[in-house]
Amino acid sequence: MAASEGRLAENILYFARALRAAGIPVGPGAVLDALEALSVAHVGSRDDFYWTLHAVFVKRHEHTGLFDQAFRIFFRKRGYIEKMIAAMLPETMPGEPKAPPPGAQRIQEALFSGLNEREQDKSDVEIDARLTVSDQELLRKKDFAQMTAAEIAAAKDAIARLALPLDVVRTRRLAPSRHGHLIDIRRTLRASMKAGGAVIDLKYLGPRVKEPPIVALLDISGSMSEYTRLFLHFLHAVTDARKRVTTFLFGTRLTNVTRAIRQRDPDEALAACSANVADWSGGTRIASSLRAFNKQWARRVLTQGAVVLLITDGLERDADDTLAFEIDRLHRSCRRLIWLNPLLRFHAFEARAKGVQTMLPHVDELRPIHNLESMAELVRALSGAPAKGYDPKQMLKNVA
Amino acid sequence: MTDKTLPNSIDSTLDLLAKADYIADRSLATVLYLALRMGRPMFVEGEAGVGKTEIAKVLATTLGRRLIRLQCYEGLDVSAAVYEWNYGAQMIAIRLAEAEGEGDRARIEHDVFSDRFLIKRPLLQALEPDPAGPPVLLIDEIDRTDEAFEAFLLEVLADFQITVPELGTVKAAHPPIVVVTSNRTREVHDALKRRCLYHWVGYPNAERELKILRARVPGIAKKLSEQVVAFVQALRKEDLFKSPGVAETLDWASALTELDVVALDPATVSDTLGVLLKYQDDITRLDGTKVKALLDEVRSELRAAE
Repeated sequence: MAASEGRLAENILYFARALRAAGIPVGPGAVLDALEALSVAHVGSRDDFYWTLHAVFVKRHEHTGLFDQAFRIFFRKRGYIEKMIAAMLPETMPGEPKAPPPGAQRIQEALFSGLNEREQDKSDVEIDARLTVSDQELLRKKDFAQMTAAEIAAAKDAIARLALPLDVVRTRRLAPSRHGHLIDIRRTLRASMKAGGAVIDLKYLGPRVKEPPIVALLDISGSMSEYTRLFLHFLHAVTDARKRVTTFLFGTRLTNVTRAIRQRDPDEALAACSANVADWSGGTRIASSLRAFNKQWARRVLTQGAVVLLITDGLERDADDTLAFEIDRLHRSCRRLIWLNPLLRFHAFEARAKGVQTMLPHVDELRPIHNLESMAELVRALSGAPAKGYDPKQMLKNVA
Repeated sequence: MTDKTLPNSIDSTLDLLAKADYIADRSLATVLYLALRMGRPMFVEGEAGVGKTEIAKVLATTLGRRLIRLQCYEGLDVSAAVYEWNYGAQMIAIRLAEAEGEGDRARIEHDVFSDRFLIKRPLLQALEPDPAGPPVLLIDEIDRTDEAFEAFLLEVLADFQITVPELGTVKAAHPPIVVVTSNRTREVHDALKRRCLYHWVGYPNAERELKILRARVPGIAKKLSEQVVAFVQALRKEDLFKSPGVAETLDWASALTELDVVALDPATVSDTLGVLLKYQDDITRLDGTKVKALLDEVRSELRAAE
């Protein structure tokens, strides 16, 4: 019995390592939890085994897919679970589907590096992993190395010098305040105890203020490629300074790179971003990207008075009702929608493009963002009330 | 009394929930069983109306425990969630002590900050011993509070203890059964999730939804219940901003029974669509022809199944 338990512990440990390599954060504590869970659960079937491990290892809904793949591949390969519950399981396991489902490649890579340490028969896995690369929709990985050292230094310096936004919103929470309007009975009573209750020195509470979350939607399509690097640096600086910044990149589809951009070193953060994105410098589908955002993320990240920075040139190929509908929905679900458009650098810029015309009525502000100066201006704008000169309606009037 | 003890297997957990008309799938029962056995909080996430809060309520009734509910909201602070001093009574006590000529300040302070003047809020209540066994603590919609409150919960959920500066640390002799729910309007920090067993509650499949419907709306006709479930299942496949949850299915079924409907027809569906869909965009998307098409599909499907 002791020997088989030893095997169990070892297998769970390897499985946890594989999960970690595949991108599910699994700590050492979770391995102990898993062993405890398995010992109390009286696992009777493969399903129970699966859900028991799932309960312990998966802490996010998004990870369920990865976990599922990892579980199937890992325990197929090891044949361990079958041995363990063979006596109770009447039917044989279903075969693997032929086309690798999404996530399979990551898992196989993860498993491959995990198995490396104890097994030598890994060559087939390696080939598998290579093949699935060609299955991917796109394509080119943007090479950040092209940025010259001088460029990086200049941009970093300038961005670091920017005084970062200090926009605040009132929360419903209270904090001790000299000028508050609510009496803080707790502190008042404590203070009056000092004088034996004879003197009552009133203490006050006022509303606590907090920085609102920032959500950035950055267009990384081909027409924006000259700017994306700089914007990512900017977003990295903002993320570094403030806690609640969520960053999405979109070209033909939407990618959440918040975790990647949170790394301290900007170069590492940008490299991690580019590794996450498949549609670098491709076409733009603003409407469908906004749609994906509205549906999957808006209700999760646009809480507590969020400000949305939409960074795009607005050159949408198929500008139709969907775009108007989605941008309107986005506008209605955030506190402030700021459109940053690098094309505004041309003085003669006019809202001629159909995409631009569709989007303009639905944004609170339209600002240029093509150099460090406009970036600094944006920062100032984020700290205070909307500036008059950037009213999008003005732009529409000019065209008419 | 025997039926009030904790379940001893995954199957008995399923039975326990079924006793209170909660039809769970096996994955949920597994997580729940583990949470009970390991004394860990359970973190339940999912769309609105899939029965997250119900889990805690059902647990409390079937196990005969007290249900303590902490509804989270944005301004939630310690005085609403954990404890507060009864200031009025404290002031009176101080005045009385003075009137009696009690001059010892330390003594007054000691008396005033005692258990007697403490108003216990949900979290503190949950740590107290209960004759019926440790209570069920439901921390509902944790995503509505801010990060600061989450950080506070870490101590409570890890060690089941709370520190009141004036009194000392209160520790639960028997940890309560904790169910934390979230609608995922915001990501809850990993540190909090790490301490819990996580489960995502999805929409049920047709078979389970039918069981739920029949358990919860007993008076419903067989044919109507099948149609309702098939229609809602078809609706969830549509591209909607907010798909109807189980709660909406149940509401709709009750509404239809109230209206003495025996079988679905396009007009009735259009009239009562507001029970299922809560966004105007979704309702306009589902116009008369669309409803009819869906309904025809549902009918032919049911006919084929017979």
